[in-house]
Amino acid sequence: MPLLDFGDALNLALREEMRRDPRVYCIGEDIVLGLPFGVTKGLIDEFGADRVLNAPISEAAIVGSAMGAAVTGLVPVVDMHFADFVTCAMDEVANQIAKSRYMFGGQIDCPLTLRMPYGIGKSGGGHHSNSVEAWFINIPGLKVCIPSTPADARGLLKTAIRDPDPVLVFEHRGLYRVTGEVPEAETLVPLGSADVKRAGGDVTVIATARMVHESLEAARRLAEEGIEVEVVDPRSLVPLDRDTLAASVRKTSRVVIAEEGPMRGSTGAWLAWVVMEACFDDLDAPIARVAGPNVPIPFSPPLEGFVTPTANDVVAAVRQALK
Amino acid sequence: MPPGPDQLLQMYAGMLRVRLVEERVRELFANGRIPGFLHTSVGQEAVAVGVCAALRPDDYVLSTHRGHGHLVAKGGALRGLMAELYGKANGVCHGKGGTMHLADASVGYLGANGVLAAGCVLAPGVGLSIKHRKSGQVVVTFFGDGAANRGPFHEGVNLAALWTLPVVFVCENNRWASSTAHALSTAGGSIAARAAGYGIPGESLDGNDVLAVWEATARAVERARRGDGPSLIEAHTIRWVGHFEGDGQAYRGKAEVEEGRRTDPIARLARGLEERGLLDAAHAALIREGVVAEIEDAVAHAEASPLPAPHDALTDLFAYYPWRD
Repeated sequence: MPLLDFGDALNLALREEMRRDPRVYCIGEDIVLGLPFGVTKGLIDEFGADRVLNAPISEAAIVGSAMGAAVTGLVPVVDMHFADFVTCAMDEVANQIAKSRYMFGGQIDCPLTLRMPYGIGKSGGGHHSNSVEAWFINIPGLKVCIPSTPADARGLLKTAIRDPDPVLVFEHRGLYRVTGEVPEAETLVPLGSADVKRAGGDVTVIATARMVHESLEAARRLAEEGIEVEVVDPRSLVPLDRDTLAASVRKTSRVVIAEEGPMRGSTGAWLAWVVMEACFDDLDAPIARVAGPNVPIPFSPPLEGFVTPTANDVVAAVRQALK
Repeated sequence: MPPGPDQLLQMYAGMLRVRLVEERVRELFANGRIPGFLHTSVGQEAVAVGVCAALRPDDYVLSTHRGHGHLVAKGGALRGLMAELYGKANGVCHGKGGTMHLADASVGYLGANGVLAAGCVLAPGVGLSIKHRKSGQVVVTFFGDGAANRGPFHEGVNLAALWTLPVVFVCENNRWASSTAHALSTAGGSIAARAAGYGIPGESLDGNDVLAVWEATARAVERARRGDGPSLIEAHTIRWVGHFEGDGQAYRGKAEVEEGRRTDPIARLARGLEERGLLDAAHAALIREGVVAEIEDAVAHAEASPLPAPHDALTDLFAYYPWRD
């Protein structure tokens, strides 16, 4: 299988879907040049300015217009530039897009994809670094996926574009240049299908996006001590593959949940409840969590480093779960 | 081409239909038959009807919290509307939308909206889709004078103008942003004048004159269909009723409503039709009888319709969702 980086895998998915379906178009700020992370680079050459729309810095109009187009026959893929900026289009996402099918009694399809470049790193600071996926799992009517590998990124983005409902794809900006094997054949990853990234019998670590990689590093270190960690990546948070998570927990009886965003009211808190509900009698220890502290993301490298969950934190949490 | 006799009579019947639907709905609300927060458009009928009369059946409309009139004027079925207002299972949105969040896609009515100016940013996307499909349709987005102070108004007009999209922005200026007077909420006074900043035509007109509304809309629609881009129409009108049903209206005196009644758009068109010999008392009574019969049929339908099963609250979220949430 060829090696591609995460960003190029997303670019491949966009090309494949735009070739397949002439209704698909991309819209966002600076996307003709492929800024800021290269995902849309070169699309303009193949698909032209009618399908690769460089928008003004006008998030409400970008996201709102995507809904208007989606409910009347097009299939927009919005590049949010930085997921943090979605706050400028929050009415459009939370009140309009998420509710369109439901409020209107199922009359209207809203097949749009929001690509959400997000996450901590490189001193992005308070407005360019946040993990905001938890906001959206709390909004009924949105599907949310969060890939960790190039193959998953391509497969999930393709599925998102084909879905008749709005789907958010969270792309951790620290992963764009991470490489991985991507199947030559066109491969879709269904929503609601978790993936076991490493098998192990002692502790289950449920992790998303960058924390999958940190958890795999933690698992390698712990394996040297004879502790076998199973790393499970939900890949989509809505819908959630409860069965795969529960099967792993029933096997190991010990659970760590690792995410990057702040601890409070988060994705991990939700997953912990899901695991507790399904597997209470199987658990031999309290569920341990790895997450950021409840502060905004600071600028200075030592401060940023302090709030960034890493493999060290996963190792510590695994030890706690083994007590 | 100016509207012919048939079209004029249709506008007359159309305004009467909106007026009588709204008045009946107010009564039903007062009697406890309709739940929710109700905003009616009594007095503002000429805007809804004048605009929609200039549209094709396949054109799109984006509406507001005060949206019943837009739906009725666009041709929405009264049975589906009334059952929805009642919260019944066979309402046009299965009881999930209600007065402020209903849509009827079958007539291109893409949604009332609980959020002011929300339609202003949806409209450019509808315009993009029309342009891409080369369908020659247009989209109208209604909003109030209060909504023109929200960001989405400016973002939407900017994008539609920038990309020359077939959108008509129609501001229904009824002088009040809920309970706050236009002068206390809107800098610069004129909303139509804001069009100049975006390089598009902006027109301020008497929104109680259905023919003036029709004419301005026809011009804007023609421009949009030609591919020349959006227009902004500011139609000045008067809301005869409160912002919502139950609004004590302590913020305004009786004089304004009296002014509204004096400039009643329906009576005004009726006079014009009578002068031209197109309408007399007997004909007017016949039209009214027909409209009342339609409305009473819709009310009887809504009364007789079943409420939704409570667990239907969990349906219609996604096209397919075989997973447990």
